Amino acid sequence: MVDRVFLDYVDPWVNWDWLSTHVPLVVAALEQHLELTAIAVGGGLAISLPLALLAHRWPRFRLPLLTAAGIFYTIPSIALFALLIPYTGLGGTTAEIPLIGYNVLILVRNILVGLDAVPPEVRDAADGMGYRPTARLLRIELPLALPAIFAGLRVATVSTIGIVTITAVIGLGGLGQLMLEGLIENFHTPLVVATVLSVVLAFVADIGLAGAQRVAVPWTRAESR
Amino acid sequence: MDTSGVEMTILAKVWTWFADPVHWSGSDGIPVRLQEHLHLSIESVAIGAVIALPIGIALGHYGRFGNVAINISNVGRALPSFAILVIAFQVFGLGDLPIVIALVALAVPPMVTNSYVAMREVDPDVRDAARGMGYRELAQLMRIELPLAVPLIMAGIRLSAVQVVATATLGALIAGGGFGRYIIDGLAQQDYTKLVAGAILVAALALATELSLSIVERMLVPQGIRLLRQPLFGGQHVQANPGRI
Repeated sequence: MVDRVFLDYVDPWVNWDWLSTHVPLVVAALEQHLELTAIAVGGGLAISLPLALLAHRWPRFRLPLLTAAGIFYTIPSIALFALLIPYTGLGGTTAEIPLIGYNVLILVRNILVGLDAVPPEVRDAADGMGYRPTARLLRIELPLALPAIFAGLRVATVSTIGIVTITAVIGLGGLGQLMLEGLIENFHTPLVVATVLSVVLAFVADIGLAGAQRVAVPWTRAESR
Repeated sequence: MDTSGVEMTILAKVWTWFADPVHWSGSDGIPVRLQEHLHLSIESVAIGAVIALPIGIALGHYGRFGNVAINISNVGRALPSFAILVIAFQVFGLGDLPIVIALVALAVPPMVTNSYVAMREVDPDVRDAARGMGYRELAQLMRIELPLAVPLIMAGIRLSAVQVVATATLGALIAGGGFGRYIIDGLAQQDYTKLVAGAILVAALALATELSLSIVERMLVPQGIRLLRQPLFGGQHVQANPGRI
């Protein structure tokens, strides 16, 4: 108990001197965090979009796809990192495979929800105008599913920003690396700075995507807030 | 690069690791680690449920403070579980207490949000019918609304439980027990056999948690409102699901 009181006394939650001399370190961590997140969300979208479109065209493919993605999503990230290390080593590949896989579930589910919500009258109208099924899917249904897809992107981005911190245990981590340093050296400042930055990053990314949605899907402006 | 060779040796070593009776007894044995992991997780989910469910159910029943109930899980998702764990450790020191506090903090938001949404999703016509049949408020809540809301409430408990089981693994970073010990120690000792064995145990425990709670969830759906077939994994989630860890 005495120890802790003593530690708390000498170690304020934010040591501004440390922070002012370690700005490049913090910026580098932030950059790595952004890079890991961007690859995870971008990769997740690139994989989930064709899978979801396939599952929409061929409903038989739907349950196996959602089940497989759901099983992957249930396995904790730290277990997936540990399983991959003997094969892909400590580094980017090991970090990105689980992150991308989680986003595939989030995005496939949202894309399907969006496509399912397209009103049958709209489909009929498109058929009546002579759209073939694939053209109807890409040019009518997919744009109408955009709000749900953006909702999925927002969930995927915010949760990825959180999970990236765990990649610190395999030598990456972005801001998580600062958290780990704070833990190992029992020094509050990097931990507090990294936590605040990751929360701010999550909110900024969420607001940014909400803004992108307003630009991409102008017809929903009246309803969505 | 001959990856098939690596694969064989690692999997064979992991197999021998599991077959070795040494790993099934003692304080670092699988039964003790399982018991530690379950103890931490069940305790945290139970405390979290006692805090979260009354709040979510009350907010949903009265239809008040919906933004708070929804946003709490968005905030919960933005706050990395790893950070919560380390902060709890630095504030409360070593032992199970900081781990349980961090896990409770993680368990609460999805349960509040899901139980709120569950209560709001009860058909207003059903509420009116109950009122028309002369149910008092408490009877209506307990006998009409809650049974209809139970499946979604259970989905929130399942989401929390799976996340808690996953994060309890990270507790090993702050000297906690559980299956995470094998992963963290395996990493520190560069013992890939132990690392992979730990990963398999953690994955199996998370999947078992999800599967068993999904089955409970299905059994709790009142017969009158059974829905279409849903996948057992990654099934019905409220949109505001928490971040994966």
